[in-house]
Amino acid sequence: MVYENVDGVKIGLEIHVQLNKLNTKLFCGCSTDYHNDEPNTHVCPVCLGLPGALPVLNKRAVEFAMKVGLALNCDIVGQTQFHRKNYYYPDLPKGFQTTQYDFPIASHGKVIIDGEDGERIVRITRAHMEEDPGKLMHIGSIEKSKGTLINYNRSGMALIEIVSEPDMRSPKEARRFLDKLRSILEYLDVFNGDLEGAMRVDANISVMGGERVEVKNISSHKGVEKAALYEIMRQKNFVRRGGKVVLETRHFDEQRGVTLSMRSKEEEHDYRYFPEPDLVPMRVADRVPEVIKTLPELPDAKRERFTSQYGMADMHAKALTSEIKVANFYEQVANLVDPRSAAVWVADILKGELNYRDVSVDAFKVEDIVEIIELVTGNKITERSGVEIIRTILDNGGTPAAIVKEKGLIKVEEDIVTKAVTEVLEENPEALQDYLGGKEKSLNFLVGQVMKKTAGRSDAKTTREMLLDRISKLPPK
Amino acid sequence: MTGWANISQVKEKIAQTSAEDVTASYLERIRKSRINAYTTIWEGAIEKAREIDEQGHNGPLAGIPIAIKDNISTRGISTTCSSKILQGYVPPYDAHIVERLKDAGAIILGKTNMDEFAMGTSTESSCYGPTLNPWDKARVPGGSSGGSAAVVAAGEAPISVGSDTGGSVRCPAAFCGVVGLKPTYGTISRYGLISYANSLEQIGPLATCVSDIAALMDVIGGHDARDSTSVQTETMYKDALVDDVSGLKIGVPAEYFGAGIDPAVENSVWDAIQLFEELGASWEQVSLPHTSYALAAYYIIAMSEASSNLARFDGTRYGLRNEGENWHVMASRTRAEGFGAEVKRRILLGTYALSAGYHDKYYLKALKVRTLVKQDFDQAFKEFDCLMTPTMPTPAFKLEEKVEDPLALYLADVNTVPINLAGVPSISLPCGFTDGLPIGLQIISKHFDEATVLRAAYSFEQNTEHHTRRPAEVA
Repeated sequence: MVYENVDGVKIGLEIHVQLNKLNTKLFCGCSTDYHNDEPNTHVCPVCLGLPGALPVLNKRAVEFAMKVGLALNCDIVGQTQFHRKNYYYPDLPKGFQTTQYDFPIASHGKVIIDGEDGERIVRITRAHMEEDPGKLMHIGSIEKSKGTLINYNRSGMALIEIVSEPDMRSPKEARRFLDKLRSILEYLDVFNGDLEGAMRVDANISVMGGERVEVKNISSHKGVEKAALYEIMRQKNFVRRGGKVVLETRHFDEQRGVTLSMRSKEEEHDYRYFPEPDLVPMRVADRVPEVIKTLPELPDAKRERFTSQYGMADMHAKALTSEIKVANFYEQVANLVDPRSAAVWVADILKGELNYRDVSVDAFKVEDIVEIIELVTGNKITERSGVEIIRTILDNGGTPAAIVKEKGLIKVEEDIVTKAVTEVLEENPEALQDYLGGKEKSLNFLVGQVMKKTAGRSDAKTTREMLLDRISKLPPK
Repeated sequence: MTGWANISQVKEKIAQTSAEDVTASYLERIRKSRINAYTTIWEGAIEKAREIDEQGHNGPLAGIPIAIKDNISTRGISTTCSSKILQGYVPPYDAHIVERLKDAGAIILGKTNMDEFAMGTSTESSCYGPTLNPWDKARVPGGSSGGSAAVVAAGEAPISVGSDTGGSVRCPAAFCGVVGLKPTYGTISRYGLISYANSLEQIGPLATCVSDIAALMDVIGGHDARDSTSVQTETMYKDALVDDVSGLKIGVPAEYFGAGIDPAVENSVWDAIQLFEELGASWEQVSLPHTSYALAAYYIIAMSEASSNLARFDGTRYGLRNEGENWHVMASRTRAEGFGAEVKRRILLGTYALSAGYHDKYYLKALKVRTLVKQDFDQAFKEFDCLMTPTMPTPAFKLEEKVEDPLALYLADVNTVPINLAGVPSISLPCGFTDGLPIGLQIISKHFDEATVLRAAYSFEQNTEHHTRRPAEVA
């Protein structure tokens, strides 16, 4: 099947990723662990832009950025170079943002995603380092707030901005790309996507060869998909009515699911870029081989290994490797029980239950899923009971053993019942004949006999069903 | 009692009396001053001096009073760059050199007046009004570190620090008859120096004699991890103080004796060069062919950087704030009132030079010129140990003489700005007088060769009397 892309949709993305696994900010020693703290408690003269303070480049941030670049199959620049991007905004304490301009840390890469019609290559134009501004806050809504408050805890956090070519042909591909990107970043252990503001996306969208429209600052993958869907529809309708799409910047209203115009290209800033005189170039080319050595196994490689090493279906391998946490969880489980059963239980069942509740795999213990799998494969409980235990643990807590006991999930050992059924049918040929002759009550007798033999470990309903099943399979006499 | 004095004289005085007495007498002098050289007097100085008396201190500057230019961050002491926009700003941190000075036992007397944000050559653009030249109160002290030079000349502090972006230490040193050093770019940490033009400026010491310059450099020089442009240097500046210039090869660049030079200045500088020859040095003329483009390149680079550096003063976090119906109006109103005319001129010109369509024509071209200027120096230093020129083409000019003519004011920097473009070290020291006004000799050397500059300056000082002359009322 070939995807036609009848509307000529082209989507390119610019993704701001906070390298929030660093201990300190990009140009100062302030801690990055501010998410649960009071505003303006993780600040210093440097990230507050106090007069006279100077930046010092965080070497580890450069290493993180190199890792990202290499994982996205990019070329790494010879030495770092930072520029000043000049504009006025209250969240920008220096009146300029220190960023990379014509020498980004990484460029010319690619990422492979599952596209509309199979594998799709999305080219990476560049990835550059920059600092995050502060955050504006309002009491109540923007309209009603008496003023604007500024929290500079975020100011100076290291960002890497990843810019793709317009290689995505549908909102779904855009979302897949973002999912893949997040997956890679988490594999690299440079990024925790669960933290607020960790990833912000600008989407450039065009249809039918028209000009691109930039939708700014979308905070979720789902939001990007929705914004793109809306924008494609809007642009198509606009063109259909004889309009001509012009370069412009729009804002995505997440609640209403619509995009709204912010400014046209003519109103764009002149950022007056020039080299940051307070930072000296840092040579990084020589460090590439050593950074390559630190790269972990990435999602695509892991997916291949899972299919070959554990003999699982590619579908399972894909599901298990998209999130590093899930992949690690799976491998721990696979070490203790049959890897193929583990794949089914983790990929198909546990992951579904986690997604449904929107919680991460951290919410579940390896030993619990191992115990559940062992109970099912050991024929102690039914699959349905296994699922029930997972749900119970997620919703109310507890351990598999306790839940089995509390809910009486231990399956009656079927062979005992089966054996009893066989014996009772052999020992009571008359009753069987009576039943086959139309005497319904004889069945009740047989049920009673089986239950007597199993000492009540089988219930009447099951026993009845089993008897009927067996009788229906008897060879005709 | 105190007044015009060098470090060892002050030390002697402290030994005879106490650091507290010495500090008190300086503060007394400052209160009676009529030259308007301090922007802030630090009242904590007395207590600090008493502490040193009581607890003792073995730092190299124990008990020595010092004045700090108002663009260097001092914890708990107002730091305003002589600008209205920073009124009320009291920094929560010390500049690197302030930490070093405190560790060495120096006592901060206060902050010194300057051209607003160090943009000027006369200290007239200060929001506190001009500082007067101690030699002639109708004249400017030079700038932008006019306050730092004037306090030393007037005996209101034995030593001080200024900053030099295009001559801002050397010009006032020349006009006030004191010694001032602009070290090699990267020698002294700029951490805490409020930026005007980052790629050009260095903090520099001012004093009555060359040995005090070396003593100060030994305290404030050296690497600081908080300034990425600061470098590791091992120099012991005091070791350079040797009275011996035999074999020293001096280059005399013709371009620095160009049109507009005062004949008395020219004569004094040639007399100085002659003296060096008598002391065993040799000299030859040399050409630095790109000198005539240096001034234009300097102003474009400095203004471009300034336009960005000064963007942070928006009334949001510190200093002056003029309220408005929204943030942009507030920022505009704050900047409209807070900045003086010269600062606004430079922000506007710098913004223009960096704008799309002009960036290549001005900013990039200026960077190319800068490279050529640097090459001129590299070339000259292949042949010569140092270069000697007049620091300023004229002695101190009259107050308000050039206020209405910014271009004439910019032209006064013609001999100092190439040095900042190249990043090399240079010193200004007194080499004569004309009509009672001091004349400055500039000695320039190659990168990180402060030793040669200091040795030449020290030898000159040892063999002349110019540095002992002082303004009438200081004597």
